[in-house]
Amino acid sequence: MTWIEGRFEENVVLSTLEQAMNWAKESSVWPMTFGLACCAIEMMATGASRYDLDRFGAGAFRASPRQADLMIVAGTVTFKMASRVRRLYEQMPDPKYVIAMGACTVGGGPYFKHGYHVVKGVDLVVPVDVYVPGCPPRPEALLEGIMRIQDKIRARKLGRSAREVTPVPHHQGMAAVPAISHTLEV
Amino acid sequence: MTAEEILNLLVEQFGKERIAGANLEAIDPWVEVSPDAIADVARFLKTDERTQFDHLNNLCGVDYCEPDEKKQKKFGHEPHIEVVYHLTSYNLKHKITVKVVLARWKDGQVGSLPEVPTVSGVWKIADWHEREAFDLVGINFVGHPNLVRILCAEDWVGHPLRKDYEFPLEYHGIRGK
Ligand code: SF4
Repeated sequence: MTWIEGRFEENVVLSTLEQAMNWAKESSVWPMTFGLACCAIEMMATGASRYDLDRFGAGAFRASPRQADLMIVAGTVTFKMASRVRRLYEQMPDPKYVIAMGACTVGGGPYFKHGYHVVKGVDLVVPVDVYVPGCPPRPEALLEGIMRIQDKIRARKLGRSAREVTPVPHHQGMAAVPAISHTLEV
Repeated sequence: MTAEEILNLLVEQFGKERIAGANLEAIDPWVEVSPDAIADVARFLKTDERTQFDHLNNLCGVDYCEPDEKKQKKFGHEPHIEVVYHLTSYNLKHKITVKVVLARWKDGQVGSLPEVPTVSGVWKIADWHEREAFDLVGINFVGHPNLVRILCAEDWVGHPLRKDYEFPLEYHGIRGK
């Protein structure tokens, strides 16, 4: 966008409409209060001060699906609950996202073999965007999941024909030992 | 009262054939009562001033059954169902366990639930406990005011804590396995 650069006074920021809208959406992902079992405790810990979900604009847990953008399915989904999960998902306004949090919602978890009443993965009930494994996942893992949701939102396109490219997670891993910093030598 | 005194009192009150057996050496000493007498025995244990069992700690069903043929030899029990009542008296601070032994199916017909009279008229809390035992183990508590499933969905098929229960392959279009 060189033709437009340097034409305005200071403190005027230029952006595309797409970027601006995606920025607004990704910074206000409101999750739904949706704790079903033990994973919910970890979700609450993520929302509390130590891990502070509010840093990502995702700390406003809504008690109504009408006001929520993100459903964090935190806990064991039973067959009895499955129809309710589906209904709550349908009541959420678009665009909506689902995080399957914990081994139970990813695929049955500890109840896979003997849980007669457990849905073997919440993706049998609602479409899932991000899977966060663990039993329960640590709050950092859930934060990571929310950052992946934000990646997904950032990749949204406004144009009708524009192809959305699902972003590759920018997770770099820590396989190599990080180089020792030299700041201590001073 | 000790368990032995309670047993003697019950035998004196109801006769040997209705008090079918006992084990006083167990950690929780128990008395076995015949199914038709359980409501009377329960009312007696609650109201008599020597026993005063005003508190039903727990009521549960136990399924004695080994569906695996290889393990059946070692199992050591005839297939049957027990209803276990744990009683405590707040005033007299004594405890007793009462058991009722039932067939796994009424008249040997698979699918018809064994019957036992309800004690929900004696201890109010037995209402929910009996619903749970009905839901999960499949025991029909005759005379219960509202014997419907309490944990599983209303249209659930079978009683999940029966040892020979088979998992649903599908429930309302959701794959079960
Ligand atoms: S994944 Fe583990 S911690 Fe989470 S709901 Fe299931 S059993 Fe509980």
